[in-house]
Amino acid sequence: MNILSDIYTALPEFFVLCMAMLILIVDLFLDDTQRYLTYALTQLTLLGAAVMTAVAHSNAVGYAFSGLFVDDAMAHTLKLMIYLSTSVVLVYSRTYIALRGMFRGEFFVLILFAMLGMMVMVSGQNFLTLYMGLELLSLCLYSLVALDRENARATEAAMKYFVLGALASGMLLYGMSMLYGMTGSLDLTQVSAAIMGGELNHPVLILGLVFVVAGLAFKLGAVPFQMWLPDVYHGAPTAVTLFIGSVTKLAAFAFVMRLLIQGLQILAHDWQGMLIIMAVLSIIIGNVAAIAQTNLKRMLAYSTISHVGFLLFGFFSGTMNGFVSSMFYIVAYVLMTLGGFGIILLLSREGFEAEELDDLRGLNVRSPWYAFIMLLLMFSMAGVPPTVGFYAKFAVMQAALQAGHVGLVVFAVLMAVVGAFYYLRIVKLMYFDEPLDAAPIQPPLDMALLLSANGLAVLAFGLLPERLMGVCATAILHSIQ
Amino acid sequence: MTLLLSFSEIVFYFLAAVLLYAGLRVITTRNPVQAALFLVLAFFTAAGIWMLLQAEFLAITLVLVYVGAVMVLFLFVVMMLDINLDRLREGFWDYFPLAGFVGVLMAIEMVMVLGTRHFGADWVIEPAPHAADYSNTAELGHLLYTDYVLPFELAAVILLVAIIAAIALTMRRRKNSKYTDPAQQVKVKRDDRLRIVKMQADVEQSVGIDGES
Repeated sequence: MNILSDIYTALPEFFVLCMAMLILIVDLFLDDTQRYLTYALTQLTLLGAAVMTAVAHSNAVGYAFSGLFVDDAMAHTLKLMIYLSTSVVLVYSRTYIALRGMFRGEFFVLILFAMLGMMVMVSGQNFLTLYMGLELLSLCLYSLVALDRENARATEAAMKYFVLGALASGMLLYGMSMLYGMTGSLDLTQVSAAIMGGELNHPVLILGLVFVVAGLAFKLGAVPFQMWLPDVYHGAPTAVTLFIGSVTKLAAFAFVMRLLIQGLQILAHDWQGMLIIMAVLSIIIGNVAAIAQTNLKRMLAYSTISHVGFLLFGFFSGTMNGFVSSMFYIVAYVLMTLGGFGIILLLSREGFEAEELDDLRGLNVRSPWYAFIMLLLMFSMAGVPPTVGFYAKFAVMQAALQAGHVGLVVFAVLMAVVGAFYYLRIVKLMYFDEPLDAAPIQPPLDMALLLSANGLAVLAFGLLPERLMGVCATAILHSIQ
Repeated sequence: MTLLLSFSEIVFYFLAAVLLYAGLRVITTRNPVQAALFLVLAFFTAAGIWMLLQAEFLAITLVLVYVGAVMVLFLFVVMMLDINLDRLREGFWDYFPLAGFVGVLMAIEMVMVLGTRHFGADWVIEPAPHAADYSNTAELGHLLYTDYVLPFELAAVILLVAIIAAIALTMRRRKNSKYTDPAQQVKVKRDDRLRIVKMQADVEQSVGIDGES
């Protein structure tokens, strides 16, 4: 195939790559007072990539690079969401990283390369592409966590993340090689066809599948592969936690969709059981352990684990409706996480990290508006109507019900009620307790506007979920056969 | 089935035996330098087995990259670090029963799945032997720059990220560092460094000999 048409199909990726390298060089010639140029260039890159993806958007499925790269509606939609949330991450973290000496070119370059990795993952149609994208993303994340070098806790978190992440990558790769050995192909479509053709050795396929699922579960943060998550969330600089907690989950969703649904759907009978166990354990451990946390970042980490459990409900339903609901859930989750960590960044100031629950005490007295935004976000995470979190939980539960998992749904709803405790505790702290410190909250204008919009979006998408649901449905239906 | 082995089979069993021995010694030897050297042996014999499979490019790369570069680096690190083996071995026998149990259990499971029943030679179709002038390296190169150009480029990007990350994490430009600019150094004049202080030669009022006025 013609290399130019290949590059044209993957134009956003090449654009981001070139811009990242350009920023890397431009940043060398800037001194600290001109560093805002790096920031502006990064935002411009996101905008440019978004325009390119939006222009190329269609419901047709296109392939490039000998079928290693796919260009479909799901890839477009998720990429647009990745650009948007990365942009929001940068706006939220700008003041925070500037005050902590991390407002350097490397931060932005690594974020862009991580985003490139995610874009490759979202468009991966081959074990090799998916794996390379994942490694690109992971490598950037490890170093981003450790970027605040003077911080011993961040270094420790980075070490843990790196060692466990390498182990998980190894497992994933082992599983993939097992599947390759059996099916003779790395291409998802051909793997699927080879398994469908039968005559393959089932136990070995399952062994490969187990390793692949274990690797995926680690990257998602599902129990029993969740150990790294609280430590990394807690140890990493909050700006990086915001990035890891929100944007990367979109790529993880695409990763699961490509591998399990597009590639290995024929083995659905086998992976469903594994996902059910992980979903149930994630919801229990996530919700129960979160109650015991006094650190807000750790609490949100356990909350992530429980959200992953709910997300898996949509996957193991194994229906189109389930996948659409999962996508809706992940988008809602990203929206809520951006807001939640955004509030932590908002309350942090020079030499002070607002990461303890007590730091939220009496937020209503200090700033009624941001207390209200946090209230919306917490309600949404707990799944209180009419927020988007409620609708997301409702959709995955409905999909699981249709697939006949009544007992599991009842259990999940009960655990959601348990989980509501620690979200509502934050609301109680904000509204009924006296503030411990009276430092004024003065975010820059762009962050103030965006954070407000973020909070209100949680409410708006909860009241009118049809539009977002429609986008998710179009993306899935035109991509998964 | 004849009892006589073909030449390539004899070579295979020899290499496999050496590989297993070397692999075992890597984890059982008490001396880290010896362990690293046994790992070199393991890589080398593994390369020999790959050569038997007609994957000569991979075999040569394994020797060049792993034996030649990675393991040498590894040896340097092992020799430079002062590894306290007693601390590493602390608690070994406390954990041994549980670890041994888990290890044996995993081995049994692996044998059950990966044993000859599911994973033997019968399951793998023997690839047709290639002609003598067939070049594995040329084929790989061709594939790498045509069908697999995207992962190839991505690997390049990953290496770039590794460089950026390594520099970002280790390069420290401190304000109080003792860094000297060579250009400034060569331009220095005597007057910049040397100050002659006139003092009275007085024996009784001896101040220090460091010359501070």
